Amino acid sequence: MNEYPPTIKSPYYKRISSERRWTDLRLREVWRYRDLILLFTKRSFVLAYKQTILGPIWLFLNPFLTSIMYSIVFGRIAGIGTDGVPRLLFYLSSTAIWTFFASCVNSNAYTFTANAGLFGKVYFPRLTIPISQVLAFMIRFAIQASMVLVILLCYTVKGAVHPRFGLWIGIPLILLQLGAMGMGVGIIISSMTTKYRDLSILVSFGVQLWMYGTPVVYPLSQLPAGWMHTAALVNPVTMPVELFRYMVLGQGTVLPGYLVWSWIFTIAVTILGMMIFTYVEKTFLDTV
Amino acid sequence: MEEHRINSNEMDFAVRIRGLKKKYRLGQIGGATLQEELKSWWARVRGREDPNTKIGEQRRLVGETFMALNGVDLEVRQGEALGIIGKNGAGKSTLLKILSQITAPTEGELEINGRVASMLEVGTGFHGKMTGRENVYLNGAILGMTRAEIDRKMQDIIDFSEVGDFIDTPVKRYSSGMFVKLAFSVAAHLDSEIMIMDEVLAVGDVDFQKKCLNKMREAASVNGRTVLYVSHNMNTIRRLCDRCIVLDAGRIIFDGNVDQAVAIYMGMKDKLSTDYTFTEASRPYGRFSRLLSMEALKALEVDEPIYPEGGTIPIRIRCTAAQSLQKVRFRMELWYQDGTKVGSMLSDAIERMEPGEHTVLMRMKLHGLTAGQYSADLVSYTADENGVEEILDGVYPGLIFNVRQRSDGDHHVEWSHQYWGHIRLTDMDITLEDAARA
Repeated sequence: MNEYPPTIKSPYYKRISSERRWTDLRLREVWRYRDLILLFTKRSFVLAYKQTILGPIWLFLNPFLTSIMYSIVFGRIAGIGTDGVPRLLFYLSSTAIWTFFASCVNSNAYTFTANAGLFGKVYFPRLTIPISQVLAFMIRFAIQASMVLVILLCYTVKGAVHPRFGLWIGIPLILLQLGAMGMGVGIIISSMTTKYRDLSILVSFGVQLWMYGTPVVYPLSQLPAGWMHTAALVNPVTMPVELFRYMVLGQGTVLPGYLVWSWIFTIAVTILGMMIFTYVEKTFLDTV
Repeated sequence: MEEHRINSNEMDFAVRIRGLKKKYRLGQIGGATLQEELKSWWARVRGREDPNTKIGEQRRLVGETFMALNGVDLEVRQGEALGIIGKNGAGKSTLLKILSQITAPTEGELEINGRVASMLEVGTGFHGKMTGRENVYLNGAILGMTRAEIDRKMQDIIDFSEVGDFIDTPVKRYSSGMFVKLAFSVAAHLDSEIMIMDEVLAVGDVDFQKKCLNKMREAASVNGRTVLYVSHNMNTIRRLCDRCIVLDAGRIIFDGNVDQAVAIYMGMKDKLSTDYTFTEASRPYGRFSRLLSMEALKALEVDEPIYPEGGTIPIRIRCTAAQSLQKVRFRMELWYQDGTKVGSMLSDAIERMEPGEHTVLMRMKLHGLTAGQYSADLVSYTADENGVEEILDGVYPGLIFNVRQRSDGDHHVEWSHQYWGHIRLTDMDITLEDAARA
């Protein structure tokens, strides 16, 4: 057979070989499907609240109820301090940022199994799905944050908290970091569950456990020095959460060294996740 | 210089495949639990027998593979409409899946020069709760269109689909016909240079099917798209394609002229048996009293069960009566090869059958049955004076046979099962009146 290249190469020209390269993430193609990412984002948003009585009100109600519950259980009953921040506000902001991260992990952990039907019928860059999930959760976070903002302003006027308004431009960066980390962890789990189904049972339990290992229902300053304190510092989610609370509530322990570690971890887990994901994607349909 | 450019453009390929192989592992694959895998690994480490090996399973079967594609080379030029035909399991679907990038090849490589729109199933990603319009956007984007492109084509898509004002209604309220029409319209309006289709044309009503077929032909001949089309319907292949390949056991055994390809495909159908022994597997649908148990069937007087139109099939059935039976009848329920039921043949009653083994001779008259492959389910039953039927036994299928077109060219065109049905009713009398008067 002739070994000539096409005379007129289409901009969409593509060569597919049986040799799989780990480094081939085809990010340019993902970019070309950016409209699809936005449509997926819109879909997961629209579908979540169609045919519910309260509709998007759940967006506000959910974190609110959770925070009240935390205030009672961890605040009143267990008596865990909140560094002088009003309890409700502390738990509202902690829950908002943690829920964002946890949702990114949880929803992406089922990417392959939940979309097997779609993946089996048509090709599109599979990474569009996890990315759109993260975007949808970012929007959800922004909506919930607006509610927190109202309460925050009330407390600020009363002088109960002292937010670092000047640092707020950094909040999108925290979202980007936690979104990327959550997606990375999620798609690694998703890639593993195509072969080992029992991992998916562990996911929600694991994420729950991770929450208690992260200063969410307590501030880092409440942990006594020792192995628990060290473990919490090594946990890559700790610094972003503390940093977020420092910006929003004016209270938080931020150690630059561990923040750098957290970013290194994020970048590593995101790239590794995308590599495993694109590698598994190519043949996963033969194994479901 | 200008001429040279045009020339080379014509020769440009849309798809080029070299040494393509796809291997599947047979039997249970994937979906293992981590525990099982760890146990197997631990057993191997200790040199013991793998606890997950099924009892009685032969070792060599473990890891046995199946080559769905076994070395395919193919080059499709731009603007060609290529038909792909072959028996079930020949590798057609696997080839399309690799071309559509749903799965990766095991060996070899392919080059695709352009955007690929694969329509292995229309309506992929459609969601019932979303409106027709929302679904068009999502489905179009899944198939690779940008939002701007869909905006531009929205009106054409709505017009083609005939859904009209329902476009802003959630698709779960659509009739199945409307759903499919809308889904096809999105796919048909893609700008992709290469279109891959797997019998999606069998959608909607007859008028819509014709519309789809014309749209596809237009895509190839007028707009210069490349069309790869898989079908079992030879009529469609003939109408749509200008080149055809025949796949068999994962290889291309013919590449070229459509009529020749169809002839080769028709000639390689499985040789059918004339001898049937009925086991439990022949009775998948139920428990019958088995008062008259049918054990075997043989088609007599032929080597292969192929009969001319209007012919007769003599068969002998061996059966055992468990008790004395009155008025035993047999019924053949006929199916056409595409899974549509054709009709049934009844037999006269056998007044009395004593307990013990019997052989029954029957002659099936094929009057009106047109050329094609049929399978016949065989049922034995009795009926009491109130007309209540008691089924004694039923085997599925009892017999598979082919009817071939009479060589005397009796009805001049190939019978179109899809549109005309499977039975040719009695011919009409016809006279040209003005000629008779003259």
